Amino acid sequence: MKADPKGVVAGAYFIDGDHACAEGAIAAGCRFVAGYPITPSTEIVERIAERFPLIGGMFIQMEDEIASSIAIQGAVWGGKKAMTVTSGPGFSLMMEHIGLAAMTETPCVFVDVQRGGPSTGLPTLPGQGDMMQARWGSHGDYGIIALCPNSPQESFDLTIKAFNLAEQYRVPVLVMLDECVGHMTERVVVPPADEIEITPRRYWDGPKEGFLLFKAGPDRVPPMVKAGDGYNIHVTSLTHDERGYPVMTAAAQEKLVRRLIDKIRLNSDAIVECREEQTAGADVVIVSYGITSRIAIPAIEQARREGVKVGHLRLITAWPFPAKRIRELSHHVSCFVVPEINYGQMVREVERCVAGRTRVERVSHGGGAVHNPKDIYAKIMSCGKEERK
Amino acid sequence: MTEESMDIDMSMPTNTVEEFLRMERMPHIWCPGCGIGTTVNCFAHALETSGLDLKKVSIVSGIGCTGRVAGYLKLDSFHTTHGRALPFATGLKLANPDLKVVVYSGDGDLTAIGGNHFIHAARRNVDMTVILINNFIYGMTGGQVAPTTPIGATASTAPYGNFEEPFNLPYLAESCGAVYVARWTAYHVRHATKAIKDALLKRGFSFVEILAPCPTLYSRRNRLGDGLDQMKFYKDNSEIKNGADTKTLGLSFQGKIIVGKFVDKDKPTYLDSMNAFYAQKFGDTYSPYKG
Repeated sequence: MKADPKGVVAGAYFIDGDHACAEGAIAAGCRFVAGYPITPSTEIVERIAERFPLIGGMFIQMEDEIASSIAIQGAVWGGKKAMTVTSGPGFSLMMEHIGLAAMTETPCVFVDVQRGGPSTGLPTLPGQGDMMQARWGSHGDYGIIALCPNSPQESFDLTIKAFNLAEQYRVPVLVMLDECVGHMTERVVVPPADEIEITPRRYWDGPKEGFLLFKAGPDRVPPMVKAGDGYNIHVTSLTHDERGYPVMTAAAQEKLVRRLIDKIRLNSDAIVECREEQTAGADVVIVSYGITSRIAIPAIEQARREGVKVGHLRLITAWPFPAKRIRELSHHVSCFVVPEINYGQMVREVERCVAGRTRVERVSHGGGAVHNPKDIYAKIMSCGKEERK
Repeated sequence: MTEESMDIDMSMPTNTVEEFLRMERMPHIWCPGCGIGTTVNCFAHALETSGLDLKKVSIVSGIGCTGRVAGYLKLDSFHTTHGRALPFATGLKLANPDLKVVVYSGDGDLTAIGGNHFIHAARRNVDMTVILINNFIYGMTGGQVAPTTPIGATASTAPYGNFEEPFNLPYLAESCGAVYVARWTAYHVRHATKAIKDALLKRGFSFVEILAPCPTLYSRRNRLGDGLDQMKFYKDNSEIKNGADTKTLGLSFQGKIIVGKFVDKDKPTYLDSMNAFYAQKFGDTYSPYKG
């Protein structure tokens, strides 16, 4: 399915990552956004608020992030594609509803423009400290997808991808921007609508009799209907059976929650995306994401000039994590270097996959600025083969 | 008596509200003497006579004993998170304005954890009906004090009695912008049914509070007898005062209960205001939002 030409204003623009995210949502067919003002994400809803009235969209500024993160889910069951947008403190408030979206298999998009934390932290300055919260922040066990743009163009592209994945897997998808990418202004190309691939909602088109809202097909994803279609659906946050009715047993929990996790875990080969550069034959591999993937470039280039074989693996999907690929590389690489603007989050995933086969080094930064590339360079030089001789 | 020996046509519902219920989910979880089921009966009768297209009626509940109502009604039904039925309902209604959206939940859910959402949903005048069952207590979790517990009543987390001022809910609803406000009790089934029907047919944020006995956790702890005793109390101590000033409707422990319809006015809904405002702002380039 192609994008709706009414919303897409094709052309080349000089805009920041937040504005590009708004345009990506519009291109993806999002016509319901609920949000609450919070730096550094506010520009996204400001652009949405300006654009929506004339393209048939509904923007509502809710009373808080809790309300925003569930208003979008009401809108999805009303038939819209929907998104909410926030940053650290608001992201914390939204956690219960990421769990609700996972439990009720409500396709929707959460955007978190990360800033320094914890708590109010550094409202206007960058951080990447919400990466584990994105994966595990709601109580209980469930699966989600999280994407990490590193440029305004990717903010546009990956917001579209987030909506597509949400529909494909009936799952909340998180766009993990950071303050730098959100506020960085670059060239962004918005393609014509007929060149933008959109995944439509997987509406049930079979007979009404016997339809079960939570009965999944072979890919573990059930089809949807919406309120008003005459199905008398029941959607509950409680553990439920295929009809959607609450069932308070360990067996029902096992059947439902295992599927919620498996539909991401067992489809992860299709979902996982990363960009690799010179990883074949590399001695040291940098694993990075978001703004840090760009800060690492001068460090990598400098080390290469000095003869170190450095590869770069950039996470597009932080979740699911490219575990298989890291495991493969760990048989050949002498060290992984993981710079991130936190004290060690995604590096734990690298360590888990490497399982002690080779070295994993973190380059931590508490937030408020990006790394000095020299710190990344120094780490590369201290852990490669040459150094260890 | 075996099924075969019963001389009853099983294809006919024994009660006309059964067609509004998910009978396969019976028996429900509510305690003997609980007033919530009575209100569901009122709601079903109100729906029956409302003339609404049931396909287009959605019901949204939060969490708690009343939160289970959504799951028993044969409508599109959403059992959401604790306190958040109203923002979910706001999203649902604004996504598809053709739907009749009803929020059916308890006093703790809608006015404690959901209090902020309540005042803002009323302020926006989003077109929806809110039915609040007030049993003065958190029932599902074992009888804890609520923002509606009268001063002097005891609760599991107020073992010496509650000393906090409780909400006067009709006053709260009116002052936040509700266009229809009524209060009845589970004893007043005909009045409550009529009020729910009126509320369903009202455009804007309509609010019906229904006081209901919680014999297991409120009445017993406060030595008020069983469900039937509470119904007798409602009968003997309620006074119908339609149009009463909502400021005067505060409830005291086992004191007089003023019931009636207090507010019934017309005001543009959220979508009316938005469409009118943008039509003026943008002229012909604006197409009214229809979902």
